Amino acid sequence: MLDKNGIAKRIAKELQDGYYVNLGIGIPTLVANYVPEGIAVEFQSENGVLGMGQFPFEGEEDADIINAGKQTITTLPGASFFDSATSFGMIRGQHVDLTILGAMEVSETGDIANWKIPGKMVKGMGGAMDLVASAENIIVAMMHTNRAGESKLLKTCSLPLTGVRCVKRIVTNLALLEVTENGFKLLERAPGVTVEEIEDATEGNLLIEGEIPEMHI
Amino acid sequence: MIQKTVDNVSDALSGVTDTMTLMLGGFGLCGIPENAIKELVRLNIKELTCISNNAGVDDFGLGLLLQKKQIKKMISSYVGENEEFERQMLSGELDVELIPQGTLAERCRAAQGGFPAFYTPAGYGTEVADGKETREFNGKMYILEEAFKADFAFVKAWKGDEAGNLIFKGTARNFNPCMCGAAKITVAEVEELVPAGELDPNTIHIPGIFVQRIFQGERYEKRIEQRTVRKKI
Repeated sequence: MLDKNGIAKRIAKELQDGYYVNLGIGIPTLVANYVPEGIAVEFQSENGVLGMGQFPFEGEEDADIINAGKQTITTLPGASFFDSATSFGMIRGQHVDLTILGAMEVSETGDIANWKIPGKMVKGMGGAMDLVASAENIIVAMMHTNRAGESKLLKTCSLPLTGVRCVKRIVTNLALLEVTENGFKLLERAPGVTVEEIEDATEGNLLIEGEIPEMHI
Repeated sequence: MIQKTVDNVSDALSGVTDTMTLMLGGFGLCGIPENAIKELVRLNIKELTCISNNAGVDDFGLGLLLQKKQIKKMISSYVGENEEFERQMLSGELDVELIPQGTLAERCRAAQGGFPAFYTPAGYGTEVADGKETREFNGKMYILEEAFKADFAFVKAWKGDEAGNLIFKGTARNFNPCMCGAAKITVAEVEELVPAGELDPNTIHIPGIFVQRIFQGERYEKRIEQRTVRKKI
């Protein structure tokens, strides 16, 4: 089974040289720590920066330089700042190659719900709806089940949707899956996890073809 | 040169009255018009509709207006960091319209640039699309979103000149440029106000034509919401 860093490490293997990448809050943020050697990627934050670097050294924080999670950050050589409309132009215009975000639920058709629990949590969608409506390539990083042990990979989402038919791949603590026309296709098992355990934790249709390899991270 | 300078925040807010619709720049607490917000609190202007990506925190930014119940309606994309906001929303005291962040930015830019409406894919198939016109272009579905209509836009820039030209710094730029010229009157507050001619025209982010009033702000706190650092090794 993978922990949050393990999920981030596996997703980092999907990064390709030359990619512009938008990272959501939570597990996706950790992906920046595991960029494979020898490839160049640039991280975009929708509040208006391309070329995000690490957190600043203590005492060097700048209130005017933050990421979408409102954390203080630094920039790397080649970075740029821009306004919010330009930022979402990059996203809507499909100039950002890969979007990695968290989810509360994903359906077997690729619908995603991650912004609202009616009556409980109403914080807003931020940029998530723009991202999922436009990105060509969306990877969801999440736990396979919720705190109550219920599957988050469903036939249909029960929570209000963020976007429809948009998720391409999902990396959970148990598996790497691809969303296909016929449901979730199991591509890899997390280390030490059996196919049966993944079946038990998946409510939506799960496609298992042949031997399922264990992932290398 | 057309002079845009006003002497102080009080003159800058002249004409702002109850029930108006205001745009306020900033992302979280980054790049918010601190002086204008404090003056709105001092003037105790009520029943405001505020268009702003976020709603501040409990004791800073738009949170100050919420505390005094001056806001009737918020139009935002994310309001997660404010308990008083959540309380007023759940109790029904505050009307809240949550919209996708890119749609919020573009509804400002549309108002600025004279477009009545535009199509975006953001929110298609979700409750955001309820009651809105939809249309297919090249096999993909879009929803029609309208430009904002606002009485005042309050923005904050790093540097500005007497002609109203603005330069922003870092990610404090965010929604501020999009809101300039998107309301009937745009009020810019800047950290440093200089005479016309001192700023290189090549470096201007927002030309003064989009700004009606400019003043030098005072005592910027620039509070950091999430101070994240690493240790020097």
